[in-house]
Amino acid sequence: MTAVLEVEALSSGYGPVPVLRDVAFTVPAGTVTAVLGANGAGKTTLLRTLSGLLRPTGGRVRYAGEDLRGVRVEHLVRRGLAHVPEGRGVVTELTVAENLRLGGLWRRDRADARRALDEVYELFPALARRRDHAGHQLSGGERQMLAIGRALIARPRLLLLDEPSLGLAPKVTAQIMALLRRLRDERGLTVLLVEQNVRSALSVADQGIVMSLGRVVTAAPAARLRDDDQLRHAYLGF
Amino acid sequence: MERFWFLTFDGLAAGAVYAAFALALVLIWRAARVVNFAQGAMAVATAYVGYAVVSATGSYWLGLAAAILSGLALGALVERVLMRFAGPGGPLNQVIVALGLVLVIQAVLGMIFGNEYRPAPAPFDTDALTIAGVAALSPYDLWVLGAALTVVALLAVLFTRTPIGLRMRAAAFAPEVSRLLGVSVGRMLTLGWALAAAVGALAGMLVVPTGLGLHSHAMDLVFVIAFTAAVVGGLDSPVGAVVGGLLVGLILSYVTGYLGPDTTPLAVLVLLLAVLLVRPGGLFSAARARHV
Repeated sequence: MTAVLEVEALSSGYGPVPVLRDVAFTVPAGTVTAVLGANGAGKTTLLRTLSGLLRPTGGRVRYAGEDLRGVRVEHLVRRGLAHVPEGRGVVTELTVAENLRLGGLWRRDRADARRALDEVYELFPALARRRDHAGHQLSGGERQMLAIGRALIARPRLLLLDEPSLGLAPKVTAQIMALLRRLRDERGLTVLLVEQNVRSALSVADQGIVMSLGRVVTAAPAARLRDDDQLRHAYLGF
Repeated sequence: MERFWFLTFDGLAAGAVYAAFALALVLIWRAARVVNFAQGAMAVATAYVGYAVVSATGSYWLGLAAAILSGLALGALVERVLMRFAGPGGPLNQVIVALGLVLVIQAVLGMIFGNEYRPAPAPFDTDALTIAGVAALSPYDLWVLGAALTVVALLAVLFTRTPIGLRMRAAAFAPEVSRLLGVSVGRMLTLGWALAAAVGALAGMLVVPTGLGLHSHAMDLVFVIAFTAAVVGGLDSPVGAVVGGLLVGLILSYVTGYLGPDTTPLAVLVLLLAVLLVRPGGLFSAARARHV
């Protein structure tokens, strides 16, 4: 299986404070990889470094076989790498329709961008009903759907998703996890999913990466993380 | 009553310029969260360019175009060369750089053009037309009103109806998310400064012929009044800038007309103070969007 994302010896941080140290893992194409770990483990920092919002202080990120060093953040989406940041990333001052339009502005293939937009409305009927509402009028679940839907308009190969379950009701979280499973199975989308909600994440993930204090402490198939009591107790706390 | 109508028309014509100038301030505030204190000086510099072209070619319209184009260029230059590097240290740095820019521009203009008021002829008659026995607007006032309102309308269309406008709004509200969606936020910022300076240049060209003439300090009071208008309307609101501009134009016209011109600067301050006390966000401040 080809790897969409290969991370080697990655270090990064804020100013002189190192957060990630020597992080390495690969994400195979068409799979969901969950990044787990406690608050402050460096999960969000990892995603921000992968998408170039933070500059790595060492190591390498290869996406689809290409070194991402020096690639500008705003060009990543054109290569099929979409990042839905923590806190949902909806531009709350813009309407639903404007948010979605924003997601496809860079696309040259206008016809396909329109098709992708229609698909998003089909996937999330709630968004279609509220297309003229401002982002701040949406519920938490709707915002998460909008952020994911907007990322899908880019027709990404790799989706980086930061804490989609944050602040959502369990039922809504389950819907989002089911959606990720569907996107993986039907479209072959590769997902790197950062989650504090370990059970939800492992319900959809193929493999899990456990981080602690900026390092990867374990990488294993999701089924093993679910079933191995020792691993669960040691790293995931349940 | 006749006097009241005269003051009303006069106030609206002046207010239209304040509205355009306040709109330029709001554009930069929304894009970069900085009040461009150099806007008056930048507008004067472009007005000098404009009137240099007017006297060289004899055409007011070529001069106007030159002023607006030099405004675009100056705005982009200020952002790329100064503000981009002052930005990371916090907004206060940019304010201080803007204040420094005022001194530099005014000093350079003084060195090149001297310290006297230069004539800045208006393209239309400035004597008020008398309609049904009431002295109303002059042809020049009509031009000012029309030009300012046209610019406001064009900007509204640009921001709400075009892809580039959507990019600019998104880049201002959520720069990081916008970058992740493929928007070149830096370019949008440059464009925002360029547009604002061009609007400022137009406002400068409109207002200079109504005053004593072209001088490096010709826009100082206009800047203070337009700043007041922007605060009255709410620094975040383009609609507020326009309404605030017209409102402040009217109020100052009545104050000047009924109480005398000496009270005008005082009225500006009283108005500013009143708005900040009663509604600090301005009349059109949006309810703070919740960020969950």
